[in-house]
Amino acid sequence: MRGVRWLLLKDLQILRRSPLQAVLLVAYPILIAVLVGFAISRGPEKPRVAFLNEVPAETRITVGGAQLPSANVKGRICKRVECVFVADRNEAEAKVKSGDVLAALVLPANLVNKINSLSTLTPGVPEVEVLVNEENAVKAELVDDRITSLLAQANLAVARRIGSEGGRYLNLIVNGGEFKALGGSFHILGLRTSARILEAVTPALPKGLQPSLKEVTNFATQARDNLNVAKPLIARLAQPIKVDKVVVGGESPPLEIFAIAVAATFTLAFVVVLLVAGSLALEREENAFPRLTRGLISTNGLLGEKVLLGTAVGLVVTLLMLFGMQLFVPLELGRFGLWLAAILVAGAALGAAGAALGAAAREVRAVSLLAFMVTLPVAFLSLVPSGAVSPTVFDAIRYFTALFPFKPALQAIAAALDETGPGIGGPLLHLAILFAAYAVIARVALRRFSAV
Amino acid sequence: MRAAGIVKRYGEREALRGVSLQAAAGELVAVIGPNGAGKTTLLSILAGIARPDEGKVDSPNGEVGWVPQQAALYRRLTVEENLLLFARLEGHEDPHASVEEMLDLTGLRERRGEIVARLSGGNQQRINIAIGLLSRPAVLLLDEPSVGLDPRQRARLWEFVSALAGRGTTVIFSTHDIQEAERYGGRMLVLADGEALFDGPPEGLREAVRTEAPEAADRDFETAFVAYLHHRGH
Repeated sequence: MRGVRWLLLKDLQILRRSPLQAVLLVAYPILIAVLVGFAISRGPEKPRVAFLNEVPAETRITVGGAQLPSANVKGRICKRVECVFVADRNEAEAKVKSGDVLAALVLPANLVNKINSLSTLTPGVPEVEVLVNEENAVKAELVDDRITSLLAQANLAVARRIGSEGGRYLNLIVNGGEFKALGGSFHILGLRTSARILEAVTPALPKGLQPSLKEVTNFATQARDNLNVAKPLIARLAQPIKVDKVVVGGESPPLEIFAIAVAATFTLAFVVVLLVAGSLALEREENAFPRLTRGLISTNGLLGEKVLLGTAVGLVVTLLMLFGMQLFVPLELGRFGLWLAAILVAGAALGAAGAALGAAAREVRAVSLLAFMVTLPVAFLSLVPSGAVSPTVFDAIRYFTALFPFKPALQAIAAALDETGPGIGGPLLHLAILFAAYAVIARVALRRFSAV
Repeated sequence: MRAAGIVKRYGEREALRGVSLQAAAGELVAVIGPNGAGKTTLLSILAGIARPDEGKVDSPNGEVGWVPQQAALYRRLTVEENLLLFARLEGHEDPHASVEEMLDLTGLRERRGEIVARLSGGNQQRINIAIGLLSRPAVLLLDEPSVGLDPRQRARLWEFVSALAGRGTTVIFSTHDIQEAERYGGRMLVLADGEALFDGPPEGLREAVRTEAPEAADRDFETAFVAYLHHRGH
């Protein structure tokens, strides 16, 4: 342990003597982590969409000569996106081009007239205009999804309103009542009353006419019954399939907590892997390894010192980042003990993986390259959710990412930050197994260090 | 220090073939030979870094200092920090006193606070040797200590090493420079392709060269030595 203490001090002195490296090692992952955190937590939730409504304020959709109340399309759309109201089409176009908004939605002045024409003999095609800036494929896909979803919402709102009015008219036909139109009020008899009147007058009629009248009565009764069935059908036409979401597994923490866990794990992984791998390779580059392991410190002691260095620096940086994140999203400080456990165990496993990389690559430059080449794809693949790719590919990704400490570290940190997700025990055990496995790999790879 | 019948194999290749060596206290032994002769392998085995496949090494227990060919130093630390680190790792009771002692010995007291990377190759080698001396070894092994040094630095280095031997430290050094070996070595062990061709004083080697390569006897010693190796099948 004596040797470990002095080597630890030496590594910190070397780190302090390379301020650029130290700043990069700490600042770069934090910068990346914060960007990732914001991208995940703020990105797709409420995109900014420019909204231009050219429809005159008092224009309403009419059915059968009667004006429908407002369907509140604007309110429904602006509930799902951040509406940026613009004065004219030029302003909308400029905002889309500059990237200030994801897209612009323009409701033309004749939109309602075109909708009203649908119930005439010369129906038009109601259209809205969408301005987009498809500067890359990902953005194009995102805009398509968002706009399609928004228009579906708008169509649904209008269809519901029309369906509701249609149902009211059907009710008048079936059950009768007052119909207001053209400033006047008319009484509608209704099929139900008509059938009742016909049934009442039938016995008083000549026997020769009764069979024919019976047919009319039966028709009125059947029409009433069938139209009664049609009423709910018309109502359902607006939204024929209702979604009933049932969570059957995979509890997850809130999105913002998950984003913080991702950011923290990114930071921890980069700091620990790069520091451990780099400082171990440095022992060889400085030709110090044979001198050290010639009785001054054991190989296991040297490995332990590097993992301890990485874990300690990773712990400090990750905690600083989490406390910084506290400014944006409140975290449960009562779970601080679990934070420590998750970061320490994850740091040790990542450190062992870094030691294996450092021992295998042997040169600091090669190690840095290798650390990025391994950590970045593994981190990316660890974030692929099930269902996003085919089951075979997902299984392959699952088994592959299970071989590296990033995913269990992410799971452990997410579990430590929030209690709603899965437990922390499984990921910690997974990390402990990976720690042991990578320690053995590093120990074996270090034999090459001593080669004369 | 005594080594007998040392054999070392790397796969099919025999790097050392039954090499023996003996060195007394205060003796300066030069291990010479062309590149690939097995000099570094022999010193690594004597230092305990590599294990021989056959043969035995007897050395004063834990008292063998080893100075690798390339300076084993932390270039981003200062002279003093390097010495202090290794003195602490050696478990010295008063590491700071040991550092002062080594600074005197190397003549680098004035440059104690300088980053090692900024020192000349010769000064780096002096610290490299000083670290090897921190364990106060009875035997000091130097692997090609003068490689890359200019003549002035080389002269200072050998003055320093000779002083150590004068104080009773056994010094075994490897080199491929026959003139350097002859000038500073009290005894010479000639290796070629892992085989010990000669073990004795410099005058004995000159005699062996004259006898076995008479056609080159009146030429310079290095040329005659190459002819000698050729005659011995190397």
